[in-house]
Amino acid sequence: MKAKVYVTLKPSVLDPQGKAIKHSVELLGFDGISDIRQGKYFEIAIEGPLNAEQAREEAVRMAHDVLSNPIIEDFRVEIEE
Amino acid sequence: MKFGVVVFPGSNCDHDAYHVISKHVGQPVDFIWHRDTDLSSYDAVIIPGGFSYGDYLRAGALARFSPVMTSVKEFAAKGNLVLGICNGFQILCEAGLLPGALIRNRDLHFICDHVNVRVESINTPFTHELKAGSVLRMPIAHADGNFVCDDATLDELRREDRIVFRYCDREGQPTDAANPNGSRDNIAGICNRERNIMGLMPHPERACEDLLGSSDGRDVFRSLAGTLAAAA
Repeated sequence: MKAKVYVTLKPSVLDPQGKAIKHSVELLGFDGISDIRQGKYFEIAIEGPLNAEQAREEAVRMAHDVLSNPIIEDFRVEIEE
Repeated sequence: MKFGVVVFPGSNCDHDAYHVISKHVGQPVDFIWHRDTDLSSYDAVIIPGGFSYGDYLRAGALARFSPVMTSVKEFAAKGNLVLGICNGFQILCEAGLLPGALIRNRDLHFICDHVNVRVESINTPFTHELKAGSVLRMPIAHADGNFVCDDATLDELRREDRIVFRYCDREGQPTDAANPNGSRDNIAGICNRERNIMGLMPHPERACEDLLGSSDGRDVFRSLAGTLAAAA
C-alpha cells in the first residue's frame, strides 16, 4: 500500500519560488498561466496489517506532524492499495 | 553561570557562539550534542546557526525531532533562557516554541550581508542592556529568513511587545528597501510570551569584534549574562 502526500503552501502565504517558475515558463512562451504554486510530494510505502483507513490516519498524522508545517502549509493524502 | 551550545549535524555557527561566550562573556560553555538530553548543569542554552540536517524538508524541521529538543522544551518551560540564532530561530519556530515560520527569502537568494536592525524591545533578558530604538549592525546569512505569521499572531506580538528586532535603514526606519528577505513587518527577531526564549535571524555572535565589521552583538550577550548574574 502506498500513501501519497501533497504539501502545498497555504493560499495566504506568498510563494516566491512559484512566482519565479511562472516567470520562466512565460519566457518559454506559455501564456494564459495565471499562477504557479510549488509544493512537495511524498510517497510513503506502507507494509503490514494496516487497512486503507488506518493507513490514511497514519499518513495524516505524519503529514501534520512532520511533512508539513501547519502554520504555512496545507496537505492532502491519497491512499493507493 | 554556565552556557550550552547545541550542536546538530550541520550546525556551523556553534564555534562562533562558543567563542563569544568563552572570550567575551568570559563564562564556562559546553557544546551539547543533539543526542544528549541532560541540560541540568546549564543556565542558558544557545541554538546556533547553520544548516541542521541540510535544511532537508524545511529549515529546522528535522532538528526539531532531535532528542535534545525535548530537553530544550522542558528547560525553557522552567523559565530558563534559550537563544536561537538563524537556524536556531528556524528550529524554535518549527518546534512551536516561537510563533510563525521562516520561509524562502522574497527574492530567492541566499543573502550574506551586514544589515541594520532596530531594537524594538528592551524588555527581554536578551536586550535589557540595549537602548530602545538604537540601530545595530549585524550580519545575516540565510536563504529562509522570511518571517511569516497570520494577522492574529502579528497583533499579539505587537500588543505584547514581543517583536524584539526589526530590519531598518541606517536611520532606524523600517522601510521595505531595508527589509532583506521580505519578512512580515520587517521582523528580524521575536520572543515568546514568557520572554525567556528569543529567536533572531541576524547573527549577534558574529558581530562581537570590530575586526569582523561590527561589535554591536556584544550587548545581546552582555544582557544575557547580566540577567543570569542578577538571578544567581
